[in-house]
Amino acid sequence: MSHGGPSYLLDSAGPAAPPRDNGELVFAAPWESQAFGVALALHDAGRIDWEDFRQSLIREIADWEAAHPSGEGWSYYECWLRSLERLVSGTGLVAADDLRARRDELAARPAGHDHRHD
Amino acid sequence: MTSASEHLDPALRVEALASLLIDRGLLDQATIETFVKTYEQSVGPMNGAKVVAKAWTDPEYRARLLADGTAAIGELGFKGPQGEHMVVLENTPAVHHVVVCTLCSCYPWPVLGLPPNWYKDPAYRSRVVREPRQVLREFGLDLDDGVEIRVHDSSSEVRYMVLPERPAGTEHYSEAELAALVSRDAMVGVANVAVP
Repeated sequence: MSHGGPSYLLDSAGPAAPPRDNGELVFAAPWESQAFGVALALHDAGRIDWEDFRQSLIREIADWEAAHPSGEGWSYYECWLRSLERLVSGTGLVAADDLRARRDELAARPAGHDHRHD
Repeated sequence: MTSASEHLDPALRVEALASLLIDRGLLDQATIETFVKTYEQSVGPMNGAKVVAKAWTDPEYRARLLADGTAAIGELGFKGPQGEHMVVLENTPAVHHVVVCTLCSCYPWPVLGLPPNWYKDPAYRSRVVREPRQVLREFGLDLDDGVEIRVHDSSSEVRYMVLPERPAGTEHYSEAELAALVSRDAMVGVANVAVP
C-alpha cells in the first residue's frame, strides 16, 4: 500500500464521491496521519477517553455541517484535529494558551522552512 | 492573535499539538508512527474478507458469526480498537443491508481498516438514510425493487459489517480464492460480490 501520494483525495466531497478500490490511500496528507496517530497514542497511553473524543468529534462535525450546508470545503481530518485540540485543552493536558504560543512560535519560523501550504 | 491561530494551516497546528505533548512526555513520536503504520499497512478489508470467506465455507462458523460477531471475528485474531460490539448482517436474495455512521465515522477497524473518504462524507451520511436505493445505484448497485434495503447506523455501541451473498459459480473456490473476491464496499453494503 503506497502512501505520501497525491493530495487529490483531500477534498473529495461532492454529492457522491466515487467508490474506490480497496487500495485507497488512508491519509491524504502527512498532517492527517499525524493527527490520527496523536489521538490513538493519547488514548493508548490512557491520556484521553475514546468515547470523550468521539463525542467531541460528533460535535465538531455537526457544527461544521450546520455552518456549511452546501458541504463545500469538507475535511474530515480538520474536524478530527479541532476535536482533538478541544479535548486536549478541555481536559487540561495542554493549556489553550500554551498551544497558541507554540503555534505562533512555529509560524514565526524563517521563510524557506519547509511546511506545505496547500 | 487567537482567531488568526485558529485558521492556521492544519499541518502547523498538528505540529504544535504533537510537539507540545511530546515535550511534556505525554506522548512519543515512535508510538504515533506505529499506529499510523499499522492502519496504513496491516489492518484493512483483507481481514474482513477472510471472515466472509470462512463464513461462506464453514456453516458452523457462519452461525457463530451471526450470533456473536465480536467473538467469531476474534477467533481469526482480528480485534482491537473499534472492534468491540460487532454485529454481522447477512444479505439474502430478499434483504440487502447497508451501513452508515450518521453522526461521525464509526466503522469496524479490525476487519475493514479505516473508513474510505466517501463513508465519512456528509453527503453519504445523510443521503443513504433518506434515499438508499438511489445512493446504491450511484455506487453501481442497482437492486431489484423487490429487494428490501435496510440501513444500519453504526455507533460506539454497535458496529456493523455486512456478510454479502456468495456469488453463484464459486462452488469449487478455495477459501483464499473466495476471500480475494470480497471487497470492502461489499462489506459496507454498497456493492455485491461478483465473480470477475
